[in-house]
Amino acid sequence: MEKVIIIGAGPAGISAALYTARGNMEPLIIYNGIGDLEKAEKIENYYGLETPISGRELFERGISQAKALGVRFVKAQVLGITGFDTFTVKTTVGDFDTESVILATGGKRSAPRIPGIREFEGKGVSYCAVCDAFFYRGKEVAVLGNSDFALHEAEELKNVTPSVTIYTNGKEPEFSKEHPIAVNTMKIQAIEGGDRVAGLRLESDVSAQAEGEAQPSFYPAEGVFVALGTAGSTEIARQMGAELTEKGTVKVDDEMATTIPGLFAAGDCTGGLLQVSKAVYEGSMAGISAGKYVRRRRQSS
Amino acid sequence: MEMTITSQNFEEEVLKSEKPVLIDFWATWCGPCMRQGPIVEELAAEGYTVGKVNVDEEPGLAQQFQVMSIPTLIIFRDGKEAKRLVGLTPKDTLKALLDA
Repeated sequence: MEKVIIIGAGPAGISAALYTARGNMEPLIIYNGIGDLEKAEKIENYYGLETPISGRELFERGISQAKALGVRFVKAQVLGITGFDTFTVKTTVGDFDTESVILATGGKRSAPRIPGIREFEGKGVSYCAVCDAFFYRGKEVAVLGNSDFALHEAEELKNVTPSVTIYTNGKEPEFSKEHPIAVNTMKIQAIEGGDRVAGLRLESDVSAQAEGEAQPSFYPAEGVFVALGTAGSTEIARQMGAELTEKGTVKVDDEMATTIPGLFAAGDCTGGLLQVSKAVYEGSMAGISAGKYVRRRRQSS
Repeated sequence: MEMTITSQNFEEEVLKSEKPVLIDFWATWCGPCMRQGPIVEELAAEGYTVGKVNVDEEPGLAQQFQVMSIPTLIIFRDGKEAKRLVGLTPKDTLKALLDA
Protein backbone atom coordinates (compact mmCIF):
# COMPACT_ATOMS: atom_id res chain seq x y z
CA MET A 1 0.00 0.00 0.00
CA GLU A 2 1.43 3.36 -1.08
CA LYS A 3 0.98 6.43 1.12
CA VAL A 4 0.52 8.80 -1.80
CA ILE A 5 0.24 8.34 -5.54
CA ILE A 6 0.62 11.39 -7.75
CA ILE A 7 -0.88 11.23 -11.23
CA GLY A 8 1.02 13.47 -13.61
CA ALA A 9 4.65 14.62 -13.80
CA GLY A 10 4.29 18.26 -14.79
CA PRO A 11 4.98 21.26 -12.51
CA ALA A 12 2.07 20.40 -10.19
CA GLY A 13 2.84 16.68 -9.93
CA ILE A 14 6.57 17.17 -9.42
CA SER A 15 6.04 19.91 -6.82
CA ALA A 16 3.66 17.60 -4.96
CA ALA A 17 6.32 14.88 -5.16
CA LEU A 18 9.06 17.16 -3.77
CA TYR A 19 6.98 18.11 -0.75
CA THR A 20 5.70 14.60 -0.06
CA ALA A 21 9.19 13.11 -0.51
CA ARG A 22 10.62 15.62 1.98
CA GLY A 23 7.81 14.63 4.34
CA ASN A 24 8.85 10.95 4.12
CA MET A 25 5.70 9.97 2.25
CA GLU A 26 7.72 8.09 -0.40
CA PRO A 27 5.51 9.26 -3.28
CA LEU A 28 4.93 7.24 -6.45
CA ILE A 29 4.31 9.19 -9.65
CA ILE A 30 2.26 7.63 -12.43
CA TYR A 31 2.55 9.60 -15.63
CA ASN A 32 1.87 9.33 -19.32
CA GLY A 33 4.29 11.71 -21.05
CA ILE A 34 4.47 15.46 -21.24
CA GLY A 35 1.28 17.51 -21.31
CA ASP A 36 0.68 21.10 -22.28
CA LEU A 37 4.26 22.10 -21.36
CA GLU A 38 5.24 20.60 -24.71
CA LYS A 39 3.47 23.49 -26.41
CA ALA A 40 5.49 26.10 -24.48
CA GLU A 41 8.44 26.87 -26.70
CA LYS A 42 9.90 29.25 -24.16
CA ILE A 43 9.07 29.85 -20.54
CA GLU A 44 10.12 33.38 -19.77
CA ASN A 45 8.01 34.89 -17.05
CA TYR A 46 8.87 32.44 -14.32
CA TYR A 47 10.80 33.30 -11.19
CA GLY A 48 14.55 32.86 -11.49
CA LEU A 49 14.68 32.00 -15.18
CA GLU A 50 17.05 34.68 -16.47
CA THR A 51 17.45 32.78 -19.72
CA PRO A 52 14.17 31.29 -20.95
CA ILE A 53 14.01 27.51 -21.31
CA SER A 54 11.60 25.32 -23.25
CA GLY A 55 8.61 23.61 -21.69
CA ARG A 56 10.13 20.25 -22.50
CA GLU A 57 13.40 21.11 -20.80
CA LEU A 58 11.58 22.32 -17.69
CA PHE A 59 9.57 19.08 -17.67
CA GLU A 60 12.72 16.95 -17.91
CA ARG A 61 14.52 18.99 -15.25
CA GLY A 62 11.54 18.47 -12.93
CA ILE A 63 11.68 14.72 -13.36
CA SER A 64 15.45 14.62 -12.73
CA GLN A 65 15.01 16.76 -9.63
CA ALA A 66 12.35 14.43 -8.21
CA LYS A 67 14.38 11.32 -9.11
CA ALA A 68 17.35 12.80 -7.24
CA LEU A 69 15.13 12.85 -4.15
CA GLY A 70 14.25 9.19 -4.60
CA VAL A 71 10.78 9.67 -6.08
CA ARG A 72 9.65 6.59 -8.02
CA PHE A 73 8.07 6.88 -11.47
CA VAL A 74 5.78 4.52 -13.40
CA LYS A 75 4.95 5.29 -17.01
CA ALA A 76 1.38 4.17 -17.67
CA GLN A 77 -2.09 5.37 -18.53
CA VAL A 78 -4.50 5.59 -15.64
CA LEU A 79 -7.81 3.87 -16.45
CA GLY A 80 -9.70 4.81 -13.32
CA ILE A 81 -9.58 4.87 -9.53
CA THR A 82 -11.84 2.83 -7.28
CA GLY A 83 -12.27 2.52 -3.54
CA PHE A 84 -13.85 4.38 -0.69
CA ASP A 85 -11.52 4.51 2.31
CA THR A 86 -8.29 3.71 0.51
CA PHE A 87 -7.92 3.79 -3.27
CA THR A 88 -6.92 1.44 -6.07
CA VAL A 89 -5.40 3.17 -9.08
CA LYS A 90 -6.02 1.04 -12.17
CA THR A 91 -3.46 1.50 -14.92
CA THR A 92 -2.30 -0.10 -18.15
CA VAL A 93 0.55 -1.76 -16.22
CA GLY A 94 -1.45 -2.97 -13.23
CA ASP A 95 -3.22 -1.83 -10.08
CA PHE A 96 -1.71 0.22 -7.25
CA ASP A 97 -3.23 0.55 -3.77
CA THR A 98 -2.76 3.83 -1.94
CA GLU A 99 -3.96 5.83 1.04
CA SER A 100 -4.16 9.10 -0.89
CA VAL A 101 -4.08 10.38 -4.47
CA ILE A 102 -3.05 13.71 -5.96
CA LEU A 103 -4.54 14.37 -9.42
CA ALA A 104 -2.19 16.53 -11.48
CA THR A 105 -2.78 15.41 -15.04
CA GLY A 106 -2.88 18.88 -16.52
CA GLY A 107 -5.64 20.56 -18.47
CA LYS A 108 -8.34 18.95 -20.49
CA ARG A 109 -7.29 17.47 -23.80
CA SER A 110 -9.61 19.27 -26.16
CA ALA A 111 -12.14 16.64 -27.14
CA PRO A 112 -14.17 17.47 -30.24
CA ARG A 113 -17.70 18.46 -29.37
CA ILE A 114 -20.09 15.84 -30.65
CA PRO A 115 -23.66 17.18 -30.98
CA GLY A 116 -26.02 15.33 -28.69
CA ILE A 117 -23.60 14.46 -25.87
CA ARG A 118 -24.89 17.14 -23.54
CA GLU A 119 -28.53 16.86 -24.57
CA PHE A 120 -28.69 13.13 -23.90
CA GLU A 121 -26.81 13.09 -20.58
CA GLY A 122 -28.81 10.78 -18.33
CA LYS A 123 -30.93 9.73 -21.32
CA GLY A 124 -28.50 7.20 -22.70
CA VAL A 125 -25.25 9.17 -22.56
CA SER A 126 -23.10 8.10 -19.61
CA TYR A 127 -19.61 8.79 -18.30
CA CYS A 128 -19.29 5.75 -16.05
CA ALA A 129 -19.58 2.19 -17.29
CA VAL A 130 -19.26 0.71 -13.79
CA CYS A 131 -22.17 2.84 -12.59
CA ASP A 132 -24.56 2.45 -15.51
CA ALA A 133 -23.79 -0.87 -17.24
CA PHE A 134 -26.66 -2.31 -15.15
CA PHE A 135 -29.21 -0.39 -17.24
CA TYR A 136 -27.98 -1.87 -20.51
CA ARG A 137 -28.15 -5.62 -19.92
CA GLY A 138 -28.32 -7.33 -23.29
CA LYS A 139 -28.64 -4.01 -25.13
CA GLU A 140 -26.66 -2.45 -27.94
CA VAL A 141 -24.13 0.04 -26.56
CA ALA A 142 -21.44 2.32 -27.98
CA VAL A 143 -18.23 3.54 -26.34
CA LEU A 144 -16.70 6.75 -27.72
CA GLY A 145 -12.91 6.91 -27.62
CA ASN A 146 -9.72 5.44 -29.00
CA SER A 147 -7.42 4.79 -26.02
CA ASP A 148 -7.10 2.17 -23.29
CA PHE A 149 -9.52 4.27 -21.24
CA ALA A 150 -12.25 3.55 -23.83
CA LEU A 151 -11.25 -0.11 -24.03
CA HIS A 152 -11.49 -0.40 -20.24
CA GLU A 153 -15.02 1.04 -20.32
CA ALA A 154 -15.95 -1.32 -23.18
CA GLU A 155 -14.67 -4.34 -21.24
CA GLU A 156 -16.75 -3.28 -18.25
CA LEU A 157 -19.86 -3.21 -20.49
CA LYS A 158 -18.98 -6.53 -22.13
CA ASN A 159 -19.77 -8.15 -18.76
CA VAL A 160 -23.46 -7.32 -19.18
CA THR A 161 -24.08 -7.19 -22.92
CA PRO A 162 -22.53 -8.84 -25.97
CA SER A 163 -23.22 -5.86 -28.23
CA VAL A 164 -20.44 -3.38 -27.51
CA THR A 165 -18.82 -1.27 -30.23
CA ILE A 166 -16.02 1.26 -29.78
CA TYR A 167 -16.36 4.33 -32.02
CA THR A 168 -13.07 6.22 -32.40
CA ASN A 169 -14.57 9.25 -34.17
CA GLY A 170 -12.02 9.25 -36.99
CA LYS A 171 -9.02 8.59 -34.75
CA GLU A 172 -6.58 5.73 -34.99
CA PRO A 173 -7.19 3.09 -32.30
CA GLU A 174 -4.41 3.21 -29.68
CA PHE A 175 -5.11 0.09 -27.64
CA SER A 176 -2.13 -1.47 -25.88
CA LYS A 177 -3.52 -5.01 -26.02
CA GLU A 178 -5.45 -7.43 -28.20
CA HIS A 179 -9.20 -7.49 -27.60
CA PRO A 180 -12.34 -8.97 -29.17
CA ILE A 181 -14.42 -5.77 -29.17
CA ALA A 182 -15.71 -4.32 -32.45
CA VAL A 183 -14.16 -1.00 -33.46
CA ASN A 184 -15.58 1.55 -35.92
CA THR A 185 -13.19 4.34 -36.93
CA MET A 186 -15.59 6.56 -38.86
CA LYS A 187 -16.23 10.14 -37.80
CA ILE A 188 -19.29 10.79 -35.68
CA GLN A 189 -21.68 13.47 -36.87
CA ALA A 190 -24.10 13.38 -33.94
CA ILE A 191 -25.79 11.32 -31.29
CA GLU A 192 -29.43 11.02 -32.30
CA GLY A 193 -32.69 10.05 -30.64
CA GLY A 194 -35.96 11.30 -29.28
CA ASP A 195 -36.67 11.06 -25.55
CA ARG A 196 -33.57 8.97 -25.26
CA VAL A 197 -30.57 7.92 -27.33
CA ALA A 198 -31.37 5.87 -30.44
CA GLY A 199 -27.94 5.69 -32.02
CA LEU A 200 -25.02 7.36 -33.72
CA ARG A 201 -25.03 9.20 -37.04
CA LEU A 202 -21.66 8.70 -38.70
CA GLU A 203 -20.27 10.75 -41.54
CA SER A 204 -21.00 8.89 -44.73
CA ASP A 205 -17.99 7.40 -46.43
CA VAL A 206 -17.89 9.21 -49.76
CA SER A 207 -15.36 6.88 -51.37
CA ALA A 208 -17.49 3.84 -50.63
CA GLN A 209 -20.55 5.55 -52.08
CA ALA A 210 -18.66 6.33 -55.26
CA GLU A 211 -18.03 2.65 -55.66
CA GLY A 212 -21.74 2.07 -55.46
CA GLU A 213 -21.76 0.47 -52.02
CA ALA A 214 -24.63 1.77 -49.95
CA GLN A 215 -23.00 2.51 -46.60
CA PRO A 216 -25.36 2.81 -43.68
CA SER A 217 -24.66 5.99 -41.73
CA PHE A 218 -26.90 5.34 -38.72
CA TYR A 219 -25.75 2.87 -36.09
CA PRO A 220 -28.30 2.00 -33.40
CA ALA A 221 -27.22 2.12 -29.74
CA GLU A 222 -29.31 2.53 -26.60
CA GLY A 223 -26.36 3.61 -24.51
CA VAL A 224 -23.41 5.83 -25.41
CA PHE A 225 -20.48 5.79 -22.98
CA VAL A 226 -18.10 8.73 -23.35
CA ALA A 227 -14.40 7.90 -22.87
CA LEU A 228 -12.74 10.27 -25.33
CA GLY A 229 -9.00 10.88 -25.08
CA THR A 230 -7.11 9.54 -22.10
CA ALA A 231 -8.62 9.60 -18.62
CA GLY A 232 -7.73 13.05 -17.30
CA SER A 233 -8.30 14.39 -13.80
CA THR A 234 -11.83 15.49 -14.65
CA GLU A 235 -12.86 12.07 -15.96
CA ILE A 236 -11.22 10.27 -13.03
CA ALA A 237 -12.76 12.63 -10.48
CA ARG A 238 -16.20 12.37 -12.07
CA GLN A 239 -16.17 8.57 -12.01
CA MET A 240 -15.05 8.58 -8.38
CA GLY A 241 -17.82 10.96 -7.41
CA ALA A 242 -15.83 14.09 -6.65
CA GLU A 243 -17.58 17.37 -7.31
CA LEU A 244 -16.66 19.27 -10.44
CA THR A 245 -17.06 23.00 -11.03
CA GLU A 246 -19.53 24.34 -13.57
CA LYS A 247 -16.61 24.69 -15.98
CA GLY A 248 -15.86 20.98 -15.65
CA THR A 249 -12.65 21.38 -13.66
CA VAL A 250 -12.01 19.51 -10.40
CA LYS A 251 -13.42 21.36 -7.39
CA VAL A 252 -10.85 21.93 -4.63
CA ASP A 253 -10.65 23.95 -1.41
CA ASP A 254 -7.76 26.16 -0.23
CA GLU A 255 -5.80 23.07 0.77
CA MET A 256 -6.28 21.43 -2.65
CA ALA A 257 -8.61 18.83 -1.17
CA THR A 258 -11.43 17.62 -3.43
CA THR A 259 -14.81 16.69 -1.95
CA ILE A 260 -13.51 13.12 -1.45
CA PRO A 261 -11.34 12.59 1.66
CA GLY A 262 -7.84 11.54 0.59
CA LEU A 263 -8.21 12.80 -2.98
CA PHE A 264 -6.36 16.02 -3.86
CA ALA A 265 -5.94 17.91 -7.14
CA ALA A 266 -3.47 20.53 -8.37
CA GLY A 267 -2.45 22.47 -11.47
CA ASP A 268 -4.37 23.07 -14.69
CA CYS A 269 -7.01 20.44 -13.83
CA THR A 270 -8.42 22.73 -11.13
CA GLY A 271 -8.94 25.58 -13.61
CA GLY A 272 -7.96 29.22 -13.12
CA LEU A 273 -4.62 30.59 -14.29
CA LEU A 274 -2.92 28.05 -16.56
CA GLN A 275 0.60 28.98 -15.49
CA VAL A 276 3.59 27.07 -14.17
CA SER A 277 3.67 29.28 -11.07
CA LYS A 278 0.11 28.40 -10.13
CA ALA A 279 0.73 24.68 -10.75
CA VAL A 280 3.85 24.78 -8.55
CA TYR A 281 1.97 26.44 -5.70
CA GLU A 282 -0.97 24.08 -5.90
CA GLY A 283 1.25 21.02 -6.22
CA SER A 284 3.22 22.06 -3.14
CA MET A 285 0.02 22.67 -1.20
CA ALA A 286 -1.52 19.37 -2.34
CA GLY A 287 1.67 17.56 -1.26
CA ILE A 288 1.57 19.15 2.19
CA SER A 289 -2.16 18.43 2.55
CA ALA A 290 -1.85 14.80 1.44
CA GLY A 291 0.96 14.32 3.97
CA LYS A 292 -1.20 15.76 6.76
CA TYR A 293 -4.12 13.58 5.66
CA VAL A 294 -2.10 10.35 5.72
CA ARG A 295 -0.55 11.14 9.12
CA ARG A 296 -3.95 11.96 10.63
CA ARG A 297 -5.44 8.82 9.14
CA ARG A 298 -2.68 6.68 10.66
CA GLN A 299 -3.00 8.29 14.08
CA SER A 300 -6.73 7.69 14.23
CA SER A 301 -6.57 4.05 13.14
CA MET B 1 -34.25 9.95 8.44
CA GLU B 2 -34.38 9.18 4.77
CA MET B 3 -36.96 6.64 3.63
CA THR B 4 -36.28 3.49 1.66
CA ILE B 5 -38.64 3.73 -1.28
CA THR B 6 -40.01 0.59 -2.91
CA SER B 7 -42.76 0.02 -5.47
CA GLN B 8 -44.99 -0.79 -2.46
CA ASN B 9 -44.64 2.52 -0.62
CA PHE B 10 -43.90 4.79 -3.61
CA GLU B 11 -47.44 6.06 -4.07
CA GLU B 12 -48.07 6.65 -0.38
CA GLU B 13 -44.72 8.26 0.50
CA VAL B 14 -43.90 10.12 -2.71
CA LEU B 15 -46.96 10.77 -4.87
CA LYS B 16 -49.27 11.57 -1.93
CA SER B 17 -46.72 13.60 0.00
CA GLU B 18 -47.76 17.15 0.81
CA LYS B 19 -44.15 18.29 0.97
CA PRO B 20 -41.71 18.12 -1.96
CA VAL B 21 -39.84 14.79 -1.94
CA LEU B 22 -36.27 14.27 -3.08
CA ILE B 23 -35.68 10.79 -4.47
CA ASP B 24 -32.14 9.47 -4.92
CA PHE B 25 -31.77 6.54 -7.36
CA TRP B 26 -28.56 4.73 -6.42
CA ALA B 27 -26.64 1.44 -6.26
CA THR B 28 -23.80 0.11 -4.13
CA TRP B 29 -21.41 -0.38 -7.06
CA CYS B 30 -21.55 3.25 -8.15
CA GLY B 31 -18.80 5.46 -6.67
CA PRO B 32 -20.60 8.77 -7.20
CA CYS B 33 -23.78 7.29 -5.61
CA MET B 34 -21.84 6.41 -2.46
CA ARG B 35 -20.73 10.06 -2.27
CA GLN B 36 -24.25 11.31 -3.00
CA GLY B 37 -25.73 9.18 -0.20
CA PRO B 38 -24.36 11.14 2.76
CA ILE B 39 -25.45 14.41 1.09
CA VAL B 40 -29.12 13.39 0.82
CA GLU B 41 -28.98 11.85 4.29
CA GLU B 42 -27.85 15.22 5.67
CA LEU B 43 -30.80 16.88 3.93
CA ALA B 44 -33.12 14.33 5.54
CA ALA B 45 -31.58 15.09 8.93
CA GLU B 46 -32.30 18.78 8.32
CA GLY B 47 -35.99 18.01 7.91
CA TYR B 48 -36.39 17.64 4.15
CA THR B 49 -38.41 14.70 2.87
CA VAL B 50 -35.94 12.36 1.25
CA GLY B 51 -36.24 8.85 -0.13
CA LYS B 52 -33.72 6.46 -1.63
CA VAL B 53 -34.40 3.94 -4.39
CA ASN B 54 -31.88 1.12 -4.71
CA VAL B 55 -32.10 0.41 -8.45
CA ASP B 56 -30.74 -3.11 -7.93
CA GLU B 57 -33.65 -3.96 -5.64
CA GLU B 58 -36.25 -1.82 -7.42
CA PRO B 59 -35.52 -2.09 -11.13
CA GLY B 60 -39.21 -1.48 -11.85
CA LEU B 61 -39.15 2.02 -10.35
CA ALA B 62 -35.93 2.85 -12.18
CA GLN B 63 -37.52 1.73 -15.42
CA GLN B 64 -40.77 3.56 -14.76
CA PHE B 65 -38.86 6.83 -14.38
CA GLN B 66 -36.47 6.02 -17.22
CA VAL B 67 -33.43 6.22 -14.99
CA MET B 68 -30.45 5.27 -17.17
CA SER B 69 -27.56 6.80 -15.29
CA ILE B 70 -26.93 6.95 -11.56
CA PRO B 71 -27.01 8.84 -9.35
CA THR B 72 -30.24 10.38 -10.65
CA LEU B 73 -32.11 12.71 -8.31
CA ILE B 74 -35.75 13.58 -8.88
CA ILE B 75 -37.78 16.11 -6.92
CA PHE B 76 -41.49 15.33 -6.82
CA ARG B 77 -44.04 18.04 -6.08
CA ASP B 78 -47.78 17.33 -5.80
CA GLY B 79 -47.23 13.84 -7.12
CA LYS B 80 -45.40 14.97 -10.24
CA GLU B 81 -41.77 15.04 -11.32
CA ALA B 82 -40.73 18.68 -10.92
CA LYS B 83 -36.97 18.48 -11.45
CA ARG B 84 -34.40 15.89 -12.45
CA LEU B 85 -30.64 15.99 -11.91
CA VAL B 86 -28.22 13.42 -13.27
CA GLY B 87 -24.81 12.88 -11.69
CA LEU B 88 -23.38 13.86 -8.32
CA THR B 89 -25.17 17.01 -7.17
CA PRO B 90 -23.97 19.27 -4.35
CA LYS B 91 -26.07 19.82 -1.26
CA ASP B 92 -26.58 23.55 -1.85
CA THR B 93 -28.04 22.94 -5.31
CA LEU B 94 -30.51 20.39 -3.94
CA LYS B 95 -31.40 22.62 -1.01
CA ALA B 96 -32.11 25.60 -3.26
CA LEU B 97 -34.38 23.46 -5.45
CA LEU B 98 -36.24 22.00 -2.46
CA ASP B 99 -36.71 25.46 -0.94
CA ALA B 100 -37.92 27.02 -4.21
